[in-house]
Amino acid sequence: MLDISSHDIVLVGGGGAGLRAAIAISEADPKLSVAVVSKVYPMRSHTVAAEGGAAGIHLADDSLDEHAYDTISGGDWLCDQDAVEAFVKEAPVELMRLEHWGCPWSREPDGHVAVRPFGGMKKTRTWFAADKTGFHMLHTLFQTSLKYDAVTRYDEYFVTRLLVDDGRVQGVVALELTTGKVQAITAKAVILCTGGCGRVFRFTTNAAICTGDGMALAYRAGAPLKDMEFVQYHPTGLPFTGILITEAARSEGGYLLNKDGYRYLQDYNLGTPEPKPVLRSMELGPRDRLSQAFVHEQEKGRTVEGPYGAVVNLDLRHLGAKTINTKLPFVRELCLKYEHIDPITQLIPVRPVVHYMMGGVHTDLSGATPLKGLYAAGEAACVSINGANRLGSNSLPELLVFGARAGRAAAAYAAEQKSPGRHLLAQALDEEARLQEQFLQKSGGREPIADLREEMQRIMEQCGGIYRSGESLSGAGAKLQELQDRFRDIRLDDRGHLFNTELISALELSCMLEVAQTMAQCALQRTESRGAHQRTDYPARNDEKFLAHSMAFRAADGRPRVEYAPVTITRWPPAERVYGR
Amino acid sequence: MANRITLEVTRYDPAHDEKPRLDAFEVPLRKEWVVLDALNYIKDHLDGSLSFRWSCRMGVCGSCGMTVNGVPKLTCATFLSDYAPGPVRVEPMRNFPVLRDLVVDTSDFLVKLSKSKPWIIRKVEKPLDEEYFQTPEQLDAYKQFSMCINCMLCYAACPVYGLDPLFSGPAAIALAQRYNLDSRDEGASDRLDILSQHDGIWGCTFVGECTQVCPKNVDPAGAIQQYKLTATMEWVKSLVLPRGASSE
Amino acid sequence: MINPTEYLPKSYHARVSTYWWLSRWAYLKFILREASSVFVAWFVVVTLLQIRALARGPADYAEFQHWLRNPLLLALNAVSLFFVIFHAVTWFNLAPKAMAIRLRGKRLPSIAIAGPNYVAWVVISAAVAWILLRG
Repeated sequence: MLDISSHDIVLVGGGGAGLRAAIAISEADPKLSVAVVSKVYPMRSHTVAAEGGAAGIHLADDSLDEHAYDTISGGDWLCDQDAVEAFVKEAPVELMRLEHWGCPWSREPDGHVAVRPFGGMKKTRTWFAADKTGFHMLHTLFQTSLKYDAVTRYDEYFVTRLLVDDGRVQGVVALELTTGKVQAITAKAVILCTGGCGRVFRFTTNAAICTGDGMALAYRAGAPLKDMEFVQYHPTGLPFTGILITEAARSEGGYLLNKDGYRYLQDYNLGTPEPKPVLRSMELGPRDRLSQAFVHEQEKGRTVEGPYGAVVNLDLRHLGAKTINTKLPFVRELCLKYEHIDPITQLIPVRPVVHYMMGGVHTDLSGATPLKGLYAAGEAACVSINGANRLGSNSLPELLVFGARAGRAAAAYAAEQKSPGRHLLAQALDEEARLQEQFLQKSGGREPIADLREEMQRIMEQCGGIYRSGESLSGAGAKLQELQDRFRDIRLDDRGHLFNTELISALELSCMLEVAQTMAQCALQRTESRGAHQRTDYPARNDEKFLAHSMAFRAADGRPRVEYAPVTITRWPPAERVYGR
Repeated sequence: MANRITLEVTRYDPAHDEKPRLDAFEVPLRKEWVVLDALNYIKDHLDGSLSFRWSCRMGVCGSCGMTVNGVPKLTCATFLSDYAPGPVRVEPMRNFPVLRDLVVDTSDFLVKLSKSKPWIIRKVEKPLDEEYFQTPEQLDAYKQFSMCINCMLCYAACPVYGLDPLFSGPAAIALAQRYNLDSRDEGASDRLDILSQHDGIWGCTFVGECTQVCPKNVDPAGAIQQYKLTATMEWVKSLVLPRGASSE
Repeated sequence: MINPTEYLPKSYHARVSTYWWLSRWAYLKFILREASSVFVAWFVVVTLLQIRALARGPADYAEFQHWLRNPLLLALNAVSLFFVIFHAVTWFNLAPKAMAIRLRGKRLPSIAIAGPNYVAWVVISAAVAWILLRG
């Protein structure tokens, strides 16, 4: 059964970027009809789990150039500097706009918005809402979006493919979870805001829904994925669950200790330990360097052997109950609940955990992909402002800045397009038939979804870790291709129509396999070490050959083909990344 | 501690079933597992057709609300070992229509939420280069009510909502109150007009179970009673000072 | 709201049982609390009857007192006393929930609002008892 509806702009994903874009479109042109199509209700989007804060210059002694420099050096010079310049300028404006919309930013006693220091930043500029910044931002955006009548929500609709005709993206085909009905939604522009892909790995902070759906949609439609080899490991995740312990714990003054109670980061060119946090030094260094330090400590046998593997200890005891309860209440709640540990009096076991994809759908500064009518924003996109390593508290303002930019750009583009024709119906019918054939009506499949998924996660964990090698990466590539082949024989226990979450898991797995392949291939071909991509066989940064973005295109045989595109350098020529001095 | 435990899980497929039934599954009993881990184990290894919602697994997205041994809970924050030796009964949240297995239709909540006008209402917006000053005390006035993750366990616990689906419900009213108390907002009288109707705050009889089950200590019952007090004061004021009475 | 179509046969609406309030202790306590208002009303009736008997003179009042000593009425009034106390206690304990009074930025704890209510109750009861019993 197929239904067709029509809007001016379709947003795939209803998280921070998607909702900000929807509001931006409605404000730019209230006559445009906007559809927000999300596989979960918008307040479940993973933006909700972000904790630490959102950076935007705020104090008098700060400047746009400094925020830009911190971001560019943090990204190991792989950031497009024109994008970074636009980003740092618009970030504080967007954060203030959110303040006007009711976001409960934490405040100084005099009523001003408060800021806290954060990793990799030389000045204090991270706005925060206790330690649930993403939660408050998302709920503020969602509740504000309810004001706009022109926004229609398609809640619990899973987009399975983009409608492309005449070289332009003209809508989406989505599966309505509740009924199993296939819905074609035609539009003049589509914006992908589907978030990251952490679930490609076994141990991740990411929610179940972070499966790279939008990245796969764009990739299959012919748009390139950029810088996919850059995967951020957040230094402090709880063992077993992978639950995030925010960087704010360190910006408030937490220490990272090895098994001897030693602040080991001082051995890794990250500065000398001081009792209070020093910006761009020690525990406030960039995430990639901190995670790499953990691996070295582990190799030296100085990490603590926990029941779920090696950990180090995050020490917050010296912060005192008052600071922890006012500035880090959610951290305390999570530790008590999931580790039965009270950070006021005990050490928190932590280890690096997959957290963020620097890479994503290639876009320009307005969120436009090379495919006409297709835009992307947020973690699903790669502009790139994060380069080879993202600084903490840059991704929340990124959602707002580029969500708004993509929204406005799509609105301007849509205003000039004719409505898509009914001939797209044929593509939608094809898609419905494909879903029936490949999944619902097929019987006798032998590969359980969970097994394929676990094998993918295991191989990515082994080969796409903090340190990689050519050998393990080509092994990963081969294994992923094998999993793709075996996917054709996928087994579904549930072949009903109504709220078939197993079908959704299968579709998500197929997205993850595609994205994982691009990650492995890009990592294999980048024979240098930069930021979060560290090669044991190529340990140095190679600006001559690799001051460039990897662009992965889907070849006819389904495998990724990698090209390189230059990085835009404006005012900050590549230099050494220096922390702690 | 034994190393297995039985889960009795509601199954319902509207295409085949007249009404829901319980299926029993035996799963490993690991001390670090939450009920959600057990459900995922069933789905991954025993019966792929079991449908349920989940996402963040850390108690912040609000997706995984279900009824565990009769009590509304977030299954990602409920430890399996607390129910040893079992069996553990996992059912969908009460007071909502069941769509499939453990999945309920929560769209009614979103309708109610919109009616509360949960956004900052101002006669005149401030320009973007001006901050709204808000002291930590002013933030504290509404902060607790802003912690709602929209998990709807409060609706599952509220007997009034169970008996009268038109009732606005705890979370929708708590969120209205969150904006009423926000020093930046000027829309309290707009919301009062809507919520002081029969199915708004006055539908609440202060059973208080909503506050008991809330995983985020939002205290929706407190929000509603405070709102009733405010509404009554406004009504008295309008009687005593009929002209120019409104303070908002 | 989901509109049932041929593609979605129906969702299942569990009927709420008439005895929903027996399914959990918290619900039962709530119903008892609400029911206690009936007994409060009964005490009001008794008091009105007492006042009427008082107004009609000693003979009527003696008859009233005799009526009160009837075992059925003694039982009823004993139960009512329990429920009136239950009513007062639950009321005092819940009242602070409706009042978010802030002093110097921190919210007053519940005992600061419930406490004075209890004290006033005891003091006034003691005063009334003294007036009635001293003669």
